[in-house]
Amino acid sequence: MSHAYVPRAAPGGRASSAPLMGGGEEPAIFEMSVPGRRSASFRATGVPEWTAEELVPADELRPEPPAMVEISERDLVAHMTRLAHRQYSVDMGAYPLGSCTMKYNPKVCDEAAALAGLRSAHPAAPPAYVQGWLELLWSLGEALCEVTGMDAITLQPPAGAAGELTGLLMMRAWHASEGRSPSKVLIPGSAHGTNPASVSLAGYRAVSVPSDGRGLVSPGVLSGYLDDDVAGIMLTNPNTLGLFEEHIAEVARAVHDARGLLYYDGANLNAIMGVTRPGDMGFDIVHMNLHKTFAVPHGGGGPGAGPVAVTHRLAAFLPGPVPARRPDGTFAWDRPARSIGRTHGWHGNALALARAWAYVLLNGADGLRRVSEAAVLNANWLLSRLRGTYAVPYDRPAMHEVVVSTRDAPGPAAGLRALDVAKGLLERGFHSPTVYFPLVVAEALMIEPTETESPETVHALAEALVEVASGSAADLAQAPRTAPVTRADEALAARTLVPTWDALSRA
Amino acid sequence: MADYVPHTDDDIRRLLADLDLGALDELFAAVPAALRLAGGLDLPGGLSEYEVADEMRRLADANSAGGLVCFAGTGAYDHDVPAVVRSIAGRPEFVTSYTPYQPEVAQGVLQALFEYQTLVSRLAGLPVANASLYDGATALVEAVNLAVGATGRSTVWVSQGVNPRWREVLWALTAGRGLDLVEVPLVDGVTAWPGPEASVAGSPRQAPPAAVVCASPNVLGCIDPLPAARAAADAGGALLVAVFDPVASGLLRTPGEHGADVAVAEGQPLGTPLSFGGPFLGMFAVSLDHVRRLPGRLVGRTRDIRGRTAYVTTLRAREQDIRRERASSNICTNQTLVAIAAMVQMAWLGTGGLRELALRCARGTRYLREALVPVPGVTAAAGAPVLREFGLRLALPVATVVDRMAEEGFLAGVPVELGQEEVLVVAVTERRTRAEMDAYATAMEKVLS
Repeated sequence: MSHAYVPRAAPGGRASSAPLMGGGEEPAIFEMSVPGRRSASFRATGVPEWTAEELVPADELRPEPPAMVEISERDLVAHMTRLAHRQYSVDMGAYPLGSCTMKYNPKVCDEAAALAGLRSAHPAAPPAYVQGWLELLWSLGEALCEVTGMDAITLQPPAGAAGELTGLLMMRAWHASEGRSPSKVLIPGSAHGTNPASVSLAGYRAVSVPSDGRGLVSPGVLSGYLDDDVAGIMLTNPNTLGLFEEHIAEVARAVHDARGLLYYDGANLNAIMGVTRPGDMGFDIVHMNLHKTFAVPHGGGGPGAGPVAVTHRLAAFLPGPVPARRPDGTFAWDRPARSIGRTHGWHGNALALARAWAYVLLNGADGLRRVSEAAVLNANWLLSRLRGTYAVPYDRPAMHEVVVSTRDAPGPAAGLRALDVAKGLLERGFHSPTVYFPLVVAEALMIEPTETESPETVHALAEALVEVASGSAADLAQAPRTAPVTRADEALAARTLVPTWDALSRA
Repeated sequence: MADYVPHTDDDIRRLLADLDLGALDELFAAVPAALRLAGGLDLPGGLSEYEVADEMRRLADANSAGGLVCFAGTGAYDHDVPAVVRSIAGRPEFVTSYTPYQPEVAQGVLQALFEYQTLVSRLAGLPVANASLYDGATALVEAVNLAVGATGRSTVWVSQGVNPRWREVLWALTAGRGLDLVEVPLVDGVTAWPGPEASVAGSPRQAPPAAVVCASPNVLGCIDPLPAARAAADAGGALLVAVFDPVASGLLRTPGEHGADVAVAEGQPLGTPLSFGGPFLGMFAVSLDHVRRLPGRLVGRTRDIRGRTAYVTTLRAREQDIRRERASSNICTNQTLVAIAAMVQMAWLGTGGLRELALRCARGTRYLREALVPVPGVTAAAGAPVLREFGLRLALPVATVVDRMAEEGFLAGVPVELGQEEVLVVAVTERRTRAEMDAYATAMEKVLS
């Protein structure tokens, strides 16, 4: 018998019969679209109802609006909830991605960022009407300067890489003000990829400086690279091997003697809060990743926030406007005298900044130090559990993260690829570490437990890493078997690019 | 104080003992003594979460801006956001996940981004859209960098109709690259593109441009015809970079239909509250010719080794972690969560809802503009058709008018400098009622009299 009704896809593929995870595919939302179905509603405003033809010139008016999705709110929620169930997150468990500092994000910070008084303020409102926002931003800036040992700050950069470019452009402007135009920026081989990319975008040439046998920048090696044409050096400390750059004071002296500046990549700031400060080490420019160290949640890839703090001699070059406190206790916007100009359309990722301020208030001075102590303790304890199983190319006391390798591992892990270990870990209920980074270590696994994981969790993570290492390569190649999908055909994705639903229907 | 470190004193003792250490300080033995911070950080002690919530509420309540009836726009618009967007974009699986480096356990974010990319591609009328950039201004910078890379040229023509704050960001962030950024003036709200032999802004054209950048609607709210910009681009073999508005897309022909090579937009109007300017959303779409220069992440649909549909980030060789100093963009962290919010908002609006939203903004804009232009001391800044905002010249300094209108209960608009003159740009969203607009016009009359 035939039916007039032709069903389309439903969330879950087969209505509610699909299991939460690991079973049926979730259809693309476009498969569920039914012409004429809608969720949207609008206020009654009493505004005259002119037609589109009366409002838009004929040659600019599109006859039909672009096709969106036509779906009920209920099905939209079901679809998105099912997608959520196909997604790992910090709230679900440990996320030991090295260099990413995936710590727990306190819920009270979510509530703070949802406050109507913060959310409903237009960024162009006159300062008298946004005193709370200005006070918040000014206070956060002061606290971040204290944590980093710097003097002045911009909160505009919306991410770490944006902070890097902003800082390098200030470096450039400072040299120009000294009547110089050096062309090179030095970067250790272990640096994050954003560093050399930002250097190029700032109009500089990136020159790679090799680390010494201990994984550090050595003053001896560095001296061979320092000349009149060096604008500065970008360093992460602790570096991406999780090691503290012990010679940083000598490095700073040498770079300053060569009239260069020191840029601090704050990706690893979580290791040293309250213990030591980039400013005290001799750095001139510092960016922070508030979505790492200051518990701003990462949002599946963003938004983050990448404020840049500088010493007095660079303060005049900061992007403007910057929040300032007046002698009468009110707050206003100031324009630094020789500002490089805006680096964000408004004032940066303000709600992320509000979360970071709540996090600073929650922890205070002692709490921030406790964060770093526990982060370093967890990393070293984890390393002690892995030493017999994985190779430790630079085996020294670690800071907040550790880099191990399957290459030359003492046991059976020696035959495994880092990628397979990562996938095997997924099967055991943990997110995998960062793999194949830093580039200076073959088959690298970069593991950062963070301070918010308990010893029990770090222990379980270590057990899982040890267990994976005893598996066969052939077996691990099948992993993960328990995730919603298993390994994807990435070559197919690149060869037959399907970046949209419409590309699929064209293909 | 609140404490998110789970370690008990006993835990710390046990863990240190396993490491043959006696005290936490010894963990930092690699930090030279001279660099140790003596006396700790000069910050107050930590607070309980209740005290923090109180303090954050005090700061939030110290902003009276939200109590003003908002007619400010220029890239940040006071649209309604339905509860479903907050609910979905507030789910911890989306809020607390990282960039989808392990696709097997990140299908949720990846599929949502694929659906977002599809919807942005349809808004822009171009076949490929990325998974988000920081905001409209920085998306424009990436578009210009793409054009410079694609053409090997260094001159860029930028319409004065592009939001002046965005132009400032473009100037600032490309300062190291030796670009020749040439502003092309607006005449009566529409860009006066130079003819083949003309000079621009007084400086003789030295070289053909890499890109021609045109915003429609532009900062004065005017529809700035993209065919004229396309013709200007074609005359010099340049790429056309179009700045569009995702709400206006409900009514206007797409940048793609007009031949744009790259289209960028501020995505805030779709699902993001004003938020004091961030986090917002950079939308970015390109033609297939330029997909290998696309900045940021791109999600593609593929299959897993068992044949099931799977989503991955693709064409990764473009990105900074692989190309390093040869990368044309340094972006790593993006605005995924904001993109997911926009995707939900677009799905909730639906095809008809997007049209209706655009129509309602356009109706309100027309209504208020017609109510204000007759007010003594007010002149329209341009005669070209407007869509969601419009510029006014005022008999008093714009900042003064904004302050006085605030006393009357209105955020009257955003002061915008265009060349030598300053105008007030007034935006009307679907939230504004006829009664609010009538009251605004009355207040403006009082302020200017």
